[in-house]
Amino acid sequence: MTVNFKSNEADTRENRLGSITGYYGTLRDLGKQSGCGGLQDKDRCYSQASLCNAACALSQLSFITDAAIVHHSPAGCAVTAMTVSNSKDQLAGKLKLDNSRSGYVSTDMNESDTVFGATDNLRDVIRETYNRYRPSAIFIGASCVSGVIGEDLESIAVEMKEELNIPIAPVHCEGFKTKIWASGFDAAFHAILTNIVKPPEKKSNIVNVINFFGSARKEITEIFKELGVEPLFLISNTSIEQLSKLSESVATVSTCGTLGTYLGNGLWDQYKVPYVKSLQPHGIAGFESWLRGLGKAINREAEVESYLEREKAKYLPKIQEIKEKLKGLRAVVGMGPGFNFNTTRALQELGIEIVYSAAWHFDKQYDDGQAPDAFKYLVDNSPNDYKLSVSDLQNHEILNILNEVKPDIFFSRHTGSTVWAMKLGIPALCVFDEYAIFGYRGLLNFAYSIYDVVTNRSYTENLSKRVKLPYTDWWFKQNNNHFLSKGENEDA
Amino acid sequence: MPKILDQPRYVCALGAMQTVQGIYRGVPILHAGPGCASKLAGGIAGSNGDSGYISPQIYPCSNVSEKEIVFGGDDRLKETIENALKVVDGDIFVVLSGCTTEIVGDDIAKVSSYFSNGNKPVIYVETAGFKGNNLQGHEWVINAIIEQYLAKKPIMEREKGLVNIWGPVPSYDPFWVGNIRELEALIRELGLIPNTIFGEYRGIENIDKIPQAEFNLLVSPWLGLSNVKLLEEKFGTPYLHYPTLPIGAYETSRFLRSIGEYAGVDSAKIDEIIGRHEREYYYHIERTSDVFLENRTMSRRFSTVTNAADALAISKFLVNDFGLVPGKQYITDSTPEEYREEVASYFKEFKYGIEAEVAFSTDGFEIHEEIRNTDYFGAPLIIGSIFEKKLAEELNGNFLAVSVPIKERLILSSSYLGYHGGLKLLEDIYTYVLKQFN
Repeated sequence: MTVNFKSNEADTRENRLGSITGYYGTLRDLGKQSGCGGLQDKDRCYSQASLCNAACALSQLSFITDAAIVHHSPAGCAVTAMTVSNSKDQLAGKLKLDNSRSGYVSTDMNESDTVFGATDNLRDVIRETYNRYRPSAIFIGASCVSGVIGEDLESIAVEMKEELNIPIAPVHCEGFKTKIWASGFDAAFHAILTNIVKPPEKKSNIVNVINFFGSARKEITEIFKELGVEPLFLISNTSIEQLSKLSESVATVSTCGTLGTYLGNGLWDQYKVPYVKSLQPHGIAGFESWLRGLGKAINREAEVESYLEREKAKYLPKIQEIKEKLKGLRAVVGMGPGFNFNTTRALQELGIEIVYSAAWHFDKQYDDGQAPDAFKYLVDNSPNDYKLSVSDLQNHEILNILNEVKPDIFFSRHTGSTVWAMKLGIPALCVFDEYAIFGYRGLLNFAYSIYDVVTNRSYTENLSKRVKLPYTDWWFKQNNNHFLSKGENEDA
Repeated sequence: MPKILDQPRYVCALGAMQTVQGIYRGVPILHAGPGCASKLAGGIAGSNGDSGYISPQIYPCSNVSEKEIVFGGDDRLKETIENALKVVDGDIFVVLSGCTTEIVGDDIAKVSSYFSNGNKPVIYVETAGFKGNNLQGHEWVINAIIEQYLAKKPIMEREKGLVNIWGPVPSYDPFWVGNIRELEALIRELGLIPNTIFGEYRGIENIDKIPQAEFNLLVSPWLGLSNVKLLEEKFGTPYLHYPTLPIGAYETSRFLRSIGEYAGVDSAKIDEIIGRHEREYYYHIERTSDVFLENRTMSRRFSTVTNAADALAISKFLVNDFGLVPGKQYITDSTPEEYREEVASYFKEFKYGIEAEVAFSTDGFEIHEEIRNTDYFGAPLIIGSIFEKKLAEELNGNFLAVSVPIKERLILSSSYLGYHGGLKLLEDIYTYVLKQFN
């Protein structure tokens, strides 16, 4: 519906989906406002540094084993090349894949480039990158500077594609365009959908698994084997050849709704590859919904049920056992919306009470026009209508919340967001790996991690006693929505 | 060759935000895009952590969007500074601009000046990414502190024996905390009083003492020269430029003697300090020599692929202390043209007339090609960043990452400087050597 194959770029989530980064209220109020269409975004008159779409877009693409990134940017933006430098080698190394044809370079824009433009150098850098790495495709990454001075990346891509005879795709991820860094995923997937994926020649038995780094590769491969299909983990550690055949796959699933919407729905819209709309596979309900959704899409429902029966018998009694020990715990969750809603559901399955939740943005709908399943599920099933805010990783707001509600534990997921709760004396658990709560087994491990963290509080206690928070007393006396503009329907 | 940055080993001027964070209770206020802070920190500090009293997520930032680009962002910056002063408990606030706000012509000097008479110092530095790199940004931040903060304070009396130490760059030097502490310790041994502004609990109080020092000590091949010159101009404080970060016995002893003589420390006292340390140092060298010498896989020749400071410090140690022979040394920090000749000359001052060829290049791909095509007459030792790991493996050589991007190792308080630092560097080099068949 909203994936536009004719457009050069993916529209931002704000424009395409009506997604927001400013909200203060409760779970069910947000559900109500999203449903009746009255949901409005709110600005902040004070903010702390968040993240940008370019980091999401280009780091994703740099994990393709035989593609090169040419970042048309000053040196600082190309810092992503440093960040991914050994991660991609480590990841490829685990599977013994050769990634020597991947590269990440920058045009190193300087002051005169901002005045006179630098498209000639960009052309030369693309040629040089091709000569150095012989990649199967080149992605031209936009930057704030290339966007503001109006560099025409489209024409250059067309021109260079003709000259070098490989796909050359601009990625429109100028950082100022969106507050929602997940728009960067869409920008990367748009480049793949419109420049790399080819129409199907035949049908394969591959299921596209949209994820980050494939840490549950072994488990999922085994499960899928029982269903007679093979997973292709996207997009890290894939080749351009593999990506060009995504249209031939039998279905697409995703471990994160936020990440998967553009590619999953795009492959359905254009090539009718079924995109499994379900909860994500975190915890019991999520795992069952995810696998049943897949079973239905590929006609393997009986196999899914027999697998689930077997696994349930193995793990549910053990989960029940640890659940007893987690009784009475109150938690705050601060994550991007995809992981937030799925983690929250898993926590509620363990009997933990959610007392406040912060999502780093909110998509009231995905690219199929439907509200995210994980969100709908909570609106319908959460035992309480907990307080919920939407902020783009605004740490001062989170600390204000934590100081107010004083939970037993805080759950984070983003780099640099865990220790702050601990400085307040609140134990925190970073659910870093996307498969940390995968299925019954993952939920059991997760439950024990929670138990361990709240049982041995020494790190938290030792640290919190010796450090001072960088926020003023004044700030802790304000409501966490203090800097949020008051909308028309605001009652707070 | 087109202007291409392949395997970047530095970032843009806005990376100087980490210099501000390096000052305890210093707070950068960014007038920049939403992703600049976290990306730059993730790349430079990377696996060594970028948190502390504050972290990049705490930096007040205008998170520039289309609105500010179309209509200008001065108002947005003003409200960001105003509220930052209410929310964040800091001692000095440094406004840093990014690319977009400078292109659209926001006036950060003017907006910052609205706050110049408040309770907390608010200064500004133009750090647009296209204007320079993080090393230049580091110098600009220190110059701004001197000009916009220190120069406006009443003149204080000099403090006898007080020495400001400059050199290591917060975060960009992964060993910055340990390095600065080791330099302090060496200076203290000479009976002098070190004053540094970076790292734990050394904040505005130490900044305030800068004009009181008897001299500024710059331990760096080129970075920081503009700062000590400015301090001389503003406060009449002389400076001593010692280009080499001292690693191991030879250079550390030279360092102590040079600084001691400059400061008028009694030569017998200097001899005593050096003698005591060397005795201990050579105890370790003596007892470990079998491992160092009876070895199938250790290299005899080496190249560094790193910034000027580390290239010089490490090659001095490996040649003058440890008896290796230098191959070409690749300096990747985009050393300004005006300093290159002098920096290269420092590589011609090894013992026995040994000299090393120096190349200034920011193109990692080309450097690697050149190393591949160089005959080291055996397996080379390559010291650089994580980018050199695969190259060293390919050449069957030895490898150590010491500069950004460093990855795959964690550095807390350790340092390669001083006598103990030299031993630590040997530990790390041989930890790699011993992983190979011997």
